[in-house]
Amino acid sequence: MRTLPTRRVDLLVVGGGPAGLAAAARASELGVRRVVLVDERRWLGGILPQCIHPGFGFHRYGRDMTGCELAEKLIDRVSSLDVDVYTEAHTVRMGYESYLSKTAEVLTPRGAFRFRAKTVVYAAGARERTCFEAGIVGSRPAGVYTAGEVQEMMDVWGILPGREAVVAGSGDVGLIVARRLTLEGVKVKAVVELMPYPGGLLRNVVQCLEDYQIPLLLSHVVLAVEGSKRVESVLVAEVDENLRAREETVKRIPCDLLVIAVGLIPRVELLAGAGAMIDPKTGGPVVNEFLETSLPGVFAAGNALVINDLVEHAMEQGELAAESAYRFIEDGGFRSASWKRVRVGDGLRFVVPQLLAGFRDVKLYLRASSPSENTRLLIPELEKSVRLRSVRPAEMITLTLKAEDVLKAERLTIKLV
Amino acid sequence: MLDRVVVVGAGVVGLSIARVLSALEGLEVVVVEKEADVGWGASKANTGIIHSGYDDDPVKYPNRARLAVKGNRLWTTWAEQLSIPVDWCGSLVLARSLEDRRVLRKLLARGIRNGVPALRILDGEEVRALEPMVSEDVVEALWSPTAGVLSPYEATVALAENCVENGVKILTETLVKGVRVKGGSVEGVETSRGFIGARWVVNAAGLYADEIARMAGVSDYTITPRRGEYLVFDKDAGPKPSRILFPSPTPVSKGVVVETTVAGNLMIGPNAVDLPRDAKEETYTTKEGLAYVWREASKLVKKLPGKREVIRVFSGLRPQPSGGDFIVRVLEEPEGFVEAAGMRSPGLAAAPAVALEILRLMRLNGLDHGFKKRWKAERRAGLRIMGLGWDMLEKTVPRNPSYGRVVCWCEGVTEGEVVDAIRRGAKTIDGVKFRTRAGMGRCQGAFCRLRIAAILARELGKPIWSITVKGTGSELGVGDVKSLLEGEDVAD
Ligand SMILES: Cc1cc2nc3c(=O)[nH]c(=O)nc-3n(C[C@H](O)[C@H](O)[C@H](O)COP(=O)(O)OP(=O)(O)OC[C@H]3O[C@@H](n4cnc5c(N)ncnc54)[C@H](O)[C@@H]3O)c2cc1C
Ligand SMILES: Cc1cc2nc3c(=O)[nH]c(=O)nc-3n(C[C@H](O)[C@H](O)[C@H](O)COP(=O)(O)OP(=O)(O)OC[C@H]3O[C@@H](n4cnc5c(N)ncnc54)[C@H](O)[C@@H]3O)c2cc1C
Repeated sequence: MRTLPTRRVDLLVVGGGPAGLAAAARASELGVRRVVLVDERRWLGGILPQCIHPGFGFHRYGRDMTGCELAEKLIDRVSSLDVDVYTEAHTVRMGYESYLSKTAEVLTPRGAFRFRAKTVVYAAGARERTCFEAGIVGSRPAGVYTAGEVQEMMDVWGILPGREAVVAGSGDVGLIVARRLTLEGVKVKAVVELMPYPGGLLRNVVQCLEDYQIPLLLSHVVLAVEGSKRVESVLVAEVDENLRAREETVKRIPCDLLVIAVGLIPRVELLAGAGAMIDPKTGGPVVNEFLETSLPGVFAAGNALVINDLVEHAMEQGELAAESAYRFIEDGGFRSASWKRVRVGDGLRFVVPQLLAGFRDVKLYLRASSPSENTRLLIPELEKSVRLRSVRPAEMITLTLKAEDVLKAERLTIKLV
Repeated sequence: MLDRVVVVGAGVVGLSIARVLSALEGLEVVVVEKEADVGWGASKANTGIIHSGYDDDPVKYPNRARLAVKGNRLWTTWAEQLSIPVDWCGSLVLARSLEDRRVLRKLLARGIRNGVPALRILDGEEVRALEPMVSEDVVEALWSPTAGVLSPYEATVALAENCVENGVKILTETLVKGVRVKGGSVEGVETSRGFIGARWVVNAAGLYADEIARMAGVSDYTITPRRGEYLVFDKDAGPKPSRILFPSPTPVSKGVVVETTVAGNLMIGPNAVDLPRDAKEETYTTKEGLAYVWREASKLVKKLPGKREVIRVFSGLRPQPSGGDFIVRVLEEPEGFVEAAGMRSPGLAAAPAVALEILRLMRLNGLDHGFKKRWKAERRAGLRIMGLGWDMLEKTVPRNPSYGRVVCWCEGVTEGEVVDAIRRGAKTIDGVKFRTRAGMGRCQGAFCRLRIAAILARELGKPIWSITVKGTGSELGVGDVKSLLEGEDVAD
């Protein structure tokens, strides 16, 4: 069997969303020579082009932009640099050959290629959880779509997905889609949230639901879909403290559209397939302070690393991954160290990066398990304590640690009290 | 008299019959189907097992017992001719108690009587050597090497394509509303698209066979739906058994199975819930049903993957005949009325044998057409890009770039495959899905549904919102964006 045409590159970026674009741009600016970016979509920007709402890039550019505007900005930046971009290029498989050689097999309409790269930044984004994963039973008619799909339907393809909708999930994505539907004349009968608190930012609860009088049903669950060809109704119930549906509260809401907005999952199949370790807490890879996965020279950024609520976080992860790749290429890799595993204590769902050695100052990304007021973030080993006015699972908490502090500590635990 | 046969129902049974009849000279075969595509009844949502044939009591259910064994053997040829991927992996009926062991011996004796080859009882150690994942308390198993699994919707599509190549007309979205009988003979069927005259009417209408029979004045049986629910796991989730794992059967069903589908997903199910006679569209899944399936499957193996690895749940309805046995017959009254009804499990396994049996019975009752000289037994499957070696890709993609454009990211299905599926008859998103697997992966179509709709819209020349998921009434959307506000007084 013949082998594929192989192209040698210094950095291969998989995924052209904000994380991947930022990574490719930063690497090229630092002087990495052969930078290739591949994305399976027809256009770059990842999920940004389907987000016609504002809320992007304020912290970074001091100007509130729509997803489309930010995408354009990032694409312009990459176009002005020496980056080889392949769109409609689907990475089928990744492999770890050796310390300085990772492979990726890519299928495009122009043919199939194999890239042999010194370094890889993996920024493949996330996928949305489906109604099956949310445990919704019943029939399986048309009219059950994920939130991202509904956005793409309306704003990329111009399809109106229904007349009366129920949205499952009150994260930012669900809230924004509820508003978007309303603006298009669709009646959103309810946004249904399992937890006793909304999953998204308070700002979005106000601007997307309250301003439009869309009911938010907290501590409720969507149980089942009814309808033969098209959704006719959904069954909704209240839940008890254990998040179990209370049978006596089941009610039927007639609608022709059920929007599933119950969370995102990092797309890590290719990484896992190449042998990278996955953190069950984040669903993304285990990384060190260089955002390097357990495969040397393979870095992860953006939603493929950890689900980010702010695009700036995805972008800064992309840039850090690019800087790390640059150093990896220049220095022939990183020195060995005794990596300390950050232990996730009470009150937190996860911490990224998971491994620290103290080579550099490091920004930690953390998510709280539940909302609370006046709390403190504690690292007992460093006697470090940060006061937080309020924490909410919807908002990623960030915390920067100094390299010398990390070096000092024997072990590291982070908790919220 | 027009020599036409109308087959009611484009399920695996109706299409198998049509295939066999299409080999006859001078006989026009028309298949009438109410759904938008073939195989959307029981033939779509089942376990996909080509049973080896030891299950059925030859005294109580002679047709089931005889036709399953024969069907199993026929499928080895049919699958090859039609390029239907089958995994002839064999099956194990697991015994976990003394009582179960007695059941195994009964099955073995029955299998021998039914003529099933190569059955053998294995002890616990042998079972574990074959399938290390089986539960610790398994003490014995009945090993049946001739059982296999296939993808049932691929099988129906393959049959349909082969039928069409041999001149069969398949009319979809055509509902049979009446059977016209005159002077004791059938004259044809009344459908939602008009009357179709025929000398023979073959009733292969699955769940609705009793109603079609009534239309012809035959009322000696009823069909009730018996629901079965399933859970499908992500392709990466395991461990997966290499063979089909059955529990020891109960009088109602063969029990919840643990198997690896031909596509490579771990799948568990089905349960068996009897529904009222009029619940023929209630392919719901239920919390209780799925919980039961989970519990029963957990008894067969040491450990199932986490619940989070489940990517899809679905259910299907078995057409359960009142007498229990398959109804395979040519009636004297009305003349020309033929039945392949009550096709509960193992109807999929038995389908080719049922078809040959129908041909035999029709011949006994006056069908006297000879075989065609030129009949195409073979059907070529569409290209599967992800199944090709890279060297083949290198040849294919430059010639047709659409085979390099991946539209379903989870399953790696390309635009070229989608277009091919449409050219072969897919008109809906589900039609594309069942032919290509686009949308069957972990994201369940959230990434690809719209791109596939766009390709359908282009190929069929329709607006994208009007593309249906599964036929009229299941349009993707309700119009174009802004269309709700059109015509309304916005200033109001
Ligand atoms: C609906 C929604 C609304 C949001 N609203 C806001 C907001 O208002 N403000 C804000 O700051 N943030 C918002 N966010 C969050 C922010 O958009 C994300 O954090 C950010 O887009 C993540 O970027 P990414 O580059 O990691 O992933 P993505 O944007 O998902 O990009 C990943 C890219 O990689 C490609 N890819 C994946 N696998 C492969 C492969 N095998 N081969 C080739 N290419 C591949 C994908 O197709 C995709 O194009 C929102 C997110 C969503 C989902
Ligand atoms: C849960 C479950 C598990 C099973 N597992 C297995 C297994 O592992 N192995 C096995 O061998 N068998 C199995 N079976 C049985 C097998 O699926 C059936 O025996 C087989 O599919 C029946 O095929 P059919 O063509 O008779 O029926 P169907 O596939 O139901 O076809 C009948 C067709 O008739 C059409 N129709 C009905 N009324 C009209 C009308 N008035 N006008 C026009 N068209 C009409 C319907 O739309 C339908 O497409 C299982 C079944 C179920 C439900």
